[in-house]
Amino acid sequence: MAAISREEVAHLARLSRLAVTDEELDRFAGQLDVILQSVARVGEVAADDIPPTSHSVPLTNVYRDDVPTESLTQAAALSGAPDAYESRFRVPRILDEED
Amino acid sequence: MTDLTRLSAAALSKMISSKEVSAVEVATAHLDRIDAVDERVHAFLHVDRQGALDAAAAVDRGEITGPLAGVPIAVKDVVATKGVPTTAASKILEGWKPPYDATIVERLKTAGMPILGKTNMDEFAMGSSTEYSAYGPTKNPWDLGRIPGGSGGGSSAAIAAYEAPLAIGTDTGGSIRQPGAVTGTVGAKPTYGSTSRYGLIAFSSSLDTPGPCGRTVEDTALLHAVMAGHDPRDSTSIPQAVPDVVGAARLGATGDLTGVKLGLVKEFAGDGSEAGVTAAFRESLEALVKLGAEIVEISCPNFQYALPAYYLIAPSEASSNLARFDGVRYGLRTGDDGNRSLEEVMSLTREAGFGPEVKRRIILGTYALSSGYYDAYYGQAQKVRTLITRDFQAAFEQVDVLVSPTTPFVAFPFGSRTSDPYQMYLADLFTIPTNLYGGPAISVPCGLSEGLPVGFQIMAPTMADDRMYRVAAALESAVGTFTPPAL
Repeated sequence: MAAISREEVAHLARLSRLAVTDEELDRFAGQLDVILQSVARVGEVAADDIPPTSHSVPLTNVYRDDVPTESLTQAAALSGAPDAYESRFRVPRILDEED
Repeated sequence: MTDLTRLSAAALSKMISSKEVSAVEVATAHLDRIDAVDERVHAFLHVDRQGALDAAAAVDRGEITGPLAGVPIAVKDVVATKGVPTTAASKILEGWKPPYDATIVERLKTAGMPILGKTNMDEFAMGSSTEYSAYGPTKNPWDLGRIPGGSGGGSSAAIAAYEAPLAIGTDTGGSIRQPGAVTGTVGAKPTYGSTSRYGLIAFSSSLDTPGPCGRTVEDTALLHAVMAGHDPRDSTSIPQAVPDVVGAARLGATGDLTGVKLGLVKEFAGDGSEAGVTAAFRESLEALVKLGAEIVEISCPNFQYALPAYYLIAPSEASSNLARFDGVRYGLRTGDDGNRSLEEVMSLTREAGFGPEVKRRIILGTYALSSGYYDAYYGQAQKVRTLITRDFQAAFEQVDVLVSPTTPFVAFPFGSRTSDPYQMYLADLFTIPTNLYGGPAISVPCGLSEGLPVGFQIMAPTMADDRMYRVAAALESAVGTFTPPAL
């Protein structure tokens, strides 16, 4: 049985903001199915009472001293923007016409 | 006259500091070599001739001195270089010039190391062959019809082709060590957190580790010492002194390993390795025994689950990290015709800007993190990560280091593993456990199989990076270094 369907891949692509083509959907569905069947092996490990590891360095709450330091200028921060307007990032329409 | 591109970084450094040769001459020799061969090798995505010559001139004026002052270096294109194009080999960042330097780049500059340019890689460091670079693959200097490894194939190929004596790589699942192995060069993944991630374009933040690539163990250690150390701008940076890796490499080079215990991972024996790889590895083990090392067989029962756990954890983190490429703050924007919504423009931009492997991993990671699947996939993978860490900790109570081949196969021909992505993932079988644990590991050339290089991997406990350099240098003293055929 397939671990993942073409419809699920289409849904995940939408969630990931990827406007994938039909051809890609066909290809990715098969490939992701192979990958998922392989990685599902982690489920074979009895690990109910094992704590998860998110990170190998056990550091928490790393703060620096509250001393002002140099940061990027506004011009530098905007230097790579595809579109800027009056010292701000300009974005495409975020509301529907009728809103 | 000596061909400067054939010398080690250590030798170049001595000649520059004694004024036998100028830093500008050394940089020029490497830039000329790049001009002569890179059309065929394609190790570089961008060459910064003027920047390199300016930095070299500053060394010649006596403005900077130090152990690697004037020794040129190539930097993987996933590391931010101020004002110099940085793309992570992706179309989504084509033409982007970072407004700041990564901490490791700052350290190279402070050390007086001229940066020759930016090296090719698999897009966003996802891959084992550079075939997923959006700008075309790098060729292996040993055989231009074969892959140079990945993701850092450009960095390793550049040093194997004598285009640079040293290079910077990043290792998330083996991206420094596997390219080192298949190009006959040295590559080290330092302890996670001992080299700064600030300014590194993030792939999998709990695993990404910048590290050094060189043609000799000593050169690699010299670069390791320059780039490592605590960085307050990286919240996972370890606030401890870096072990003396250069001293350890020099100690190892004396060829005495009396009393050193090498753990042979039982689960890796005969696990899909090519016969030639296994043979070269076994001969190297015998060489190390002759130097006084003791071999102890060690069981690490959870290592077999490292590859599946990694291919859940890394894509999960990537799916989150790559959300930043939204067509707003930097890089590509596609389809903004004044009518389309932000969401439509974002989806079209990401569709046009990302290559197939990046899309697969984003989708896979999004799946593993979705409600209903999270516990079975991402959550379970994190528990397996704990068990793998415990395997390492138990092993290091019995032995000083663990050893294995670096990768199961020698450089493979282009196109042979791209149709089934999982076949590509198998290149990382032996390198991934270390990333999940966070300790250091190094790949050192140990022999040839049918004329192609084989790598020997040494894994050490967290913050004991010096141990692996000692064993690596000892092995190098026994088997020598390996030179590819003339290009």
